[in-house]
Amino acid sequence: MTKEELKNKLTEIIPAAALDESGEWLSMTVAADALLSNAEVLRNNADLNFDYMFSLTCIDWKTNLQMVYHLTSTAHHQPLVLKVELNRTNPEIETVSHIWRTAEFHEREVYELFGVIFLNHPDLRLLILPDGWEGKNPLRKDFEDAVNMIKL
Amino acid sequence: MYRETEILQEAVAGDLIINVGPQHPSTHGVLHLVITLNGETIKKVEPHLGYIHRSIEKMCESLTFRQFIYVTSKMDYLSSHINNHGCSLCVEKGLQIEVPERAQVIRVLMDELTRLASHQLWWGALGMDVGALTPFFHAFRERELINDIFEETCGTRLTMNYMVPGGVMADLHPNFQRRVHEFIKQFKQKFDEYDELLTDNIIFKNRMQGVGVLSAADAVSYGCTGPVARASGVSSDIRKLYPYEIYNKLQFDEVIETAGDCYSRYMVRMKEMRQSLSIIEQLIDQIPEGEYQAKTKAVLKLPKGEYYSRVETARGEFGVYIVSEGGTTPYRIKFRSPGFSNLSALDHMARGGKIGDLVAIMGSLDLVIPDIDR
Repeated sequence: MTKEELKNKLTEIIPAAALDESGEWLSMTVAADALLSNAEVLRNNADLNFDYMFSLTCIDWKTNLQMVYHLTSTAHHQPLVLKVELNRTNPEIETVSHIWRTAEFHEREVYELFGVIFLNHPDLRLLILPDGWEGKNPLRKDFEDAVNMIKL
Repeated sequence: MYRETEILQEAVAGDLIINVGPQHPSTHGVLHLVITLNGETIKKVEPHLGYIHRSIEKMCESLTFRQFIYVTSKMDYLSSHINNHGCSLCVEKGLQIEVPERAQVIRVLMDELTRLASHQLWWGALGMDVGALTPFFHAFRERELINDIFEETCGTRLTMNYMVPGGVMADLHPNFQRRVHEFIKQFKQKFDEYDELLTDNIIFKNRMQGVGVLSAADAVSYGCTGPVARASGVSSDIRKLYPYEIYNKLQFDEVIETAGDCYSRYMVRMKEMRQSLSIIEQLIDQIPEGEYQAKTKAVLKLPKGEYYSRVETARGEFGVYIVSEGGTTPYRIKFRSPGFSNLSALDHMARGGKIGDLVAIMGSLDLVIPDIDR
């Protein structure tokens, strides 16, 4: 499937999708409360069949946070980038770990490094950072640590 | 990280909780597993990461597009050429740099030599994990030749830092072709011994066959890539699916097994070594003349936007995601490491099995801890 074909399929199946074609891959932005329903369609629709999540991450834009999900399919191999804007002071979003199991670890990583709360996550605890780091999110742009951070 | 109280709440009377690592020979690095056991049966395996977390992603935000590549050698130190390669590809994508053909061939040669060296180390270490000490010495004998080849051309033996945006840092050493031919000759002779030592060994087979089975659907859901996914019958070779450099002009097969157990993962890597060897043989006498590096500006500025590149390391899919604001440093950079996703399937594979099998499963996953922690 090419990028163009994917775009046509997506506009047919999810008419409300906000698509962006500027990047290498098609990108789709959804609202935080619509993530779960959209994710289920992307995963379960036989034409889309996005069964493989190869990256899940977050970007701190200083005014807001942005979740970025990279999806692809073992059937058609055309990637799709799913983006969700989040409030920076109280970032909360539904987990997708029951749809893509790999998200469980990736969401724990984003939770500790960015402070995003994943609702209904089965095991939302620190994964990489030691105990006591809750609330301090190293990958946020305003994070300062006089002891552990080396500025280059 | 490890919280005693929570773990103990989940356990029932008669369960045993043991810690494997962070310093343990079978974890090949500082990986900490908290295992809940009932008798010898595994009820749960919980990885605790971070003992070698250096926050490379944060570090890269203050490094330029030339500098950050050198840090990435320290992630998956057994695939450092391929890590550098992925990062260079991502920067080249942003700047639309054409890489000269000579550089592309050199890069692919180095990648495949890296894959061989990495699989050799894995083979030796796996043997040791399941109680066969001899393979380790055999594997290191051949791996040493590859390290010598790297040392001559790149100057270092482990963290090479050889690939740069636009090509490679320096031209090949005059001895390169001769050394590689010597290596191919020796490796071809000795590789059959590898099979005699482990592949057909009945004790080894009993330890590996039917152990740690991962179905194709689970492999996809857990985001497994590389030999782990291919052993479950999932086609996942980036070199075939999303070809980069000259891979689409080369003759090689994607190795796929279907049983999904430890032995399948073993067989995938063994067959992959032969494929890598064949790629090296195709290229070693066909290195085109020309520039080894494209002309690039001294200061690289990626246009505003986001770039993602994917390469196939010895462990699976390595992804580099760069978000640029148009400056000289990345605004955000994310490394998708193959080991991180492969490790997340460990609990699923080990549950219900015996504690003795856990070591075999971990060995067959080929984990490199700095790659997981980043």
